[in-house]
Amino acid sequence: MTAVLEVSGLKTHFFTHAGVVKAVDGVDFTVSKGEVMGLVGESGSGKSITGFSILGLIDQPGRIVEGAIRFNGEDIANAPEAKLKAIRGNKISMIFQDPMMTLNPVLRIDTQMMEAILAHEAVPKKEAWERSRDALGLVGIPSPEERLRAYPHQLSGGMRQRVSIAIAFLNKPDLIIADEPTTALDVTIQAQIIYEAQKLTRQTGTAMIWITHDLAVVAGLADRISVMYAGRIVEQGQTDDVIDRPLHPYTVGLLGSVPTANNRGERLFQIEGMTPNMLALPEGCAFAPRCGSASAACKVPPPVEHIADRELRCYHPQAQVAAQ
Amino acid sequence: MTVFVIRRLMQAFLVVFLMSVIVFFGVNIVGDPVYMLVSPDADQADIEAAIRRLGLDRPIWEQYFLFLKGAAQGNLGDSFVFGEPALKLILHHMPATLELAFSALFLAIVIGIPLGLFSGLYPDNPVSKGIMAGSILGFSLPTFWVGLMLILLFAVELGWLPSTGRGDTASVFGIQTSLATWDGIRHIFLPALNLSLLKISLAIRLTRAGVREAMSQDYVKYARAKGISTGRIIFVHVMKNIMIPVVTVMGLEFGSLIGFSVVTETIFAWPGMGKLLIDAILQLDRPVVVAYLMIMVLFFVLINLVVDILYSILDPRVRLQDQGA
Repeated sequence: MTAVLEVSGLKTHFFTHAGVVKAVDGVDFTVSKGEVMGLVGESGSGKSITGFSILGLIDQPGRIVEGAIRFNGEDIANAPEAKLKAIRGNKISMIFQDPMMTLNPVLRIDTQMMEAILAHEAVPKKEAWERSRDALGLVGIPSPEERLRAYPHQLSGGMRQRVSIAIAFLNKPDLIIADEPTTALDVTIQAQIIYEAQKLTRQTGTAMIWITHDLAVVAGLADRISVMYAGRIVEQGQTDDVIDRPLHPYTVGLLGSVPTANNRGERLFQIEGMTPNMLALPEGCAFAPRCGSASAACKVPPPVEHIADRELRCYHPQAQVAAQ
Repeated sequence: MTVFVIRRLMQAFLVVFLMSVIVFFGVNIVGDPVYMLVSPDADQADIEAAIRRLGLDRPIWEQYFLFLKGAAQGNLGDSFVFGEPALKLILHHMPATLELAFSALFLAIVIGIPLGLFSGLYPDNPVSKGIMAGSILGFSLPTFWVGLMLILLFAVELGWLPSTGRGDTASVFGIQTSLATWDGIRHIFLPALNLSLLKISLAIRLTRAGVREAMSQDYVKYARAKGISTGRIIFVHVMKNIMIPVVTVMGLEFGSLIGFSVVTETIFAWPGMGKLLIDAILQLDRPVVVAYLMIMVLFFVLINLVVDILYSILDPRVRLQDQGA
């Protein structure tokens, strides 16, 4: 399969008064055509910043300090603004977390959809309007012509997120970055949104990076999973492999804290400690202070290890869990 | 929407009625106008005659009901000094004040909003810091002092612009206005600038605060992620959002522009309602003072209504609530 996006050695740092925040610190991953990659991690692990880095939407005081972002073979890290503008919303589009906040409250849905088309293509307004209407139909919005005339506040949260998804697919992009698109929605709507997104990626062959803190969400959706912790990807592999045989102690912890039917009534597993302060990361493996398997070796940052088609940054792969 | 307007008009009627009570009794408590009007060598009989002629011999509540009766018929009483209907006097002076207030509002919008937009988009730029410092001066310097300084600089020292009067006027739709002649525009520029200084500062600060807040909103980042051009983000996405508070405040401030014009008109000898009011107060010409205040109340009530209607046009979220009401 051909790679749509190849991120290698990406480092995005924020230069604040209090010090340098290494929000993304050496991230490598590849997304192939039509593939859905789940990017999983806690708040502050750098997963959203990774998404914004790809689109070149990092604001001061942050910037991409190192690394390459090859999109269809071309490096777009720190590319000129004009070039990025032509890619944004056209070749790579993004779905944001909170549909209440992302749609402009004073502009009608049709304005906000048509401008996404007209920003990239010189088509008649009528055609842009028709494409917008069809896109709303595709994401399961009833009577799309009426909805186009509505303002965002007249739609429910789930409906607004469907509009965002429709906008993301408008220009038939090669890649969609979905940044926690279901976090602000309740569980039944969440399932519908995931279903719509999955259906559309299959139909159009669009690759997708689905950023979430919820392993349960990506388990049924993603082809591959990358687990992020403190600005680094600590484990990467096929979804089934990562879910069934997690190797990194952090992944094991994350999976242990997902409620399932098997451990009903028992206390949920909890990862010890707190997420680290990004201004003062521990030396070596950032997870070591919270890790049950940590040893003296963990003072040195673990290199990326390749085990079959998986990648791991850990000296102590959790083999015993895999055996269970 | 119709229900909304009708309800607002009924509230307005109540406000006007209450104001008429306060204004009428307030003004009638102060001073005795008779001694200002009769000649110094008048005897007791002349004074008695004047009091009767002005209706001041009746009890105050009776005077008030006579006033109300007249007001309902569109007559706010006759001026003690000129003997003409007070309303006619005020309406005669109103175009001059209105053109001054509108010119000041225009200056506030075309100067204030662009400067505020710039300083909101580039807050760290030295020019922005200069604009903000200037707006503090605009807020804190007293209008009368700035007016005198403007006259000193542009009229006395440089001799570029005239300092008093309206200049030539021409008739547009039956209204005499200075804005129709070049000489009139030269005359109106200094007083309008003087009057608008405070509002320019206000527009700058409102726009800047709005822009800074809007630029950090998710919808701006989302628009950028859609690949929308920076110009469209600023002038459509951001401006449409910040126009809501700017229009509201500037609209409400229009009433205070007319009010503040009292000071500016006095300094620039602008023959408007403000100058008429000051003269009327000095001569204790009660009907004119009362009529002026009643007209100002009407103005404020109408401006509030217009702003509310504009607001609902700008903000779709308000429109929906109106339909429910």
